[in-house]
Amino acid sequence: MGVAIADGAYGGAGQTAAPVEAYHEDVVRAFVVAAMFWGIAAFAAGVYIAFQLAFPDLNLGLEWTTFGRLRPLHTSAAIFAFGGSALIGSSLYVVQRTCRAPLFGGREWGWFIFFGYQLFIVMAATGYLLGITQGKEYAEPEWYVDLWLTIVWVVYLVVFVGTIIKRREPHIYVANWFYLAFILTIAMLHIVNNAALPVSLTGTKSYVAWAGVQDAMIQWWYGHNAVGFFLTAGFLGMMYYFIPKAAQRPIYSYRLSIIHFWALIFLYIWAGPHHLHYTALPDWTQTLGMVFSVVLWMPSWGGMINGIMTLSGAWDKLRTDPSLRFSVTAVGFYGMSTFEGPVMSVKAVNGLSHYTDWTIGHVHSGALGWVAFICFGMIYYLVPVLWKKQRLYSARLVEWHFWTATVGIVFYITAMWVSGIMQGLMWRAYDEYGFLQYSFVETVQAMHPYYVIRGIGGLLFLTGAILMVINLIRTVTSSPALEPVTQGAAVAAE
Amino acid sequence: MHELLPLLKQLWLVWFLVLFLGIVFWAFRPGAKRRFEANAMIPLNDDPSPARNNR
Repeated sequence: MGVAIADGAYGGAGQTAAPVEAYHEDVVRAFVVAAMFWGIAAFAAGVYIAFQLAFPDLNLGLEWTTFGRLRPLHTSAAIFAFGGSALIGSSLYVVQRTCRAPLFGGREWGWFIFFGYQLFIVMAATGYLLGITQGKEYAEPEWYVDLWLTIVWVVYLVVFVGTIIKRREPHIYVANWFYLAFILTIAMLHIVNNAALPVSLTGTKSYVAWAGVQDAMIQWWYGHNAVGFFLTAGFLGMMYYFIPKAAQRPIYSYRLSIIHFWALIFLYIWAGPHHLHYTALPDWTQTLGMVFSVVLWMPSWGGMINGIMTLSGAWDKLRTDPSLRFSVTAVGFYGMSTFEGPVMSVKAVNGLSHYTDWTIGHVHSGALGWVAFICFGMIYYLVPVLWKKQRLYSARLVEWHFWTATVGIVFYITAMWVSGIMQGLMWRAYDEYGFLQYSFVETVQAMHPYYVIRGIGGLLFLTGAILMVINLIRTVTSSPALEPVTQGAAVAAE
Repeated sequence: MHELLPLLKQLWLVWFLVLFLGIVFWAFRPGAKRRFEANAMIPLNDDPSPARNNR
């Protein structure tokens, strides 16, 4: 374990001359690289399956490359591999900085989390391609992968909480609350939803412990809270550190951050039943889920206001700092999709939108606009800091990334709105004799042009991400290194 | 007391609401303002990231 002063390794800079243990940044660097790698993989898989829907020949007639197997590969790569690596990596960075303490468990535990989590991703992904799946959306990995993830996750929890406990800053900064809510809740959801009995200890197949409508309810209690605590709380933690840091201003209202944190915690957990409107689930449960989903709109917008208003008085930074533009646009998309979500959870609207492409559009305005953009903002900020560079290789390239990605998202979500609402209306259209007006295949044919537009949108988004990777590789290899006074001082102190 | 227990358990929504309102009042109490302002500065009091200063 390195007990040395490296650049940027001061706890409470300038307070003490005594050497302190350095922050562990190697593992954060590894997670940032992994996030970019998995991001490209996830976006490429997404583009491919988008074109599969438009041109079914792309299924290639092979079982391993069919839409059914590639689709969970895409969702898991985007959420758990790209989003998860970005979340774990950034949380390990933020918790050290805001607690002014190096990681609990040191380098070894940090690396265990990294390699353990990457092994989980590879085991899950290869399983999907071979047809090994539990068949639960966003919880597809089979029992042996689930058990391995549980071990890795508990170590992650211990490292994170351990670092908070040994903090040298009296207050636990709000970003850590959000990260901790993410870690704890995902642990609970993962264990309950994946309770399963393997057929044999040497086989991959298992049967889930729950059955019938209880299974459906537990699955969407898991599914929606994966949205609420993985894709929302975790990335809000990211927002609460990286927007103030990039804007060089404190968060707009710390008081609001406390209130909207607890409101999210109290409300989100009940919203799952809106995935099961008009099913065998009892009516009162559906209504409960709907009401909580609508109320949830308020704390969501609390977070959005807090993120965006942090720039109040410094709006010019949006013009000069393209990475901050990513973070702030992300918060804008967060506000948009958390308004759309409650609308779609209303039973009458859901009757039209559910099972259509509208849902896919909604998910992607959150996944591309909020999750991916807030990650891009974080990565553009963190790479020069972690690799001790003066600046990014090219700010112009970041602008190109921003605009190609934004146009890509707009293509994607508008195509899915039109396609989804059209699909929903066609499904419920009757002729004058009371027969359904359209056969299913007619609705599929009608959606073809929108599927092509969606694929082009995805292609633009992927292109932007490739520009980012090029830019960041050049930043690490050829951007001028940081040589401030502090580095000299650190060397002298050693 | 024993008879009251099921009733009190049923009112979980009320207890959560009371708890949440308690948090709201705690956050809005007048004395908290300066503390929160200091807390909000935690990420910025870190060693300034020199990468930003040269932009």
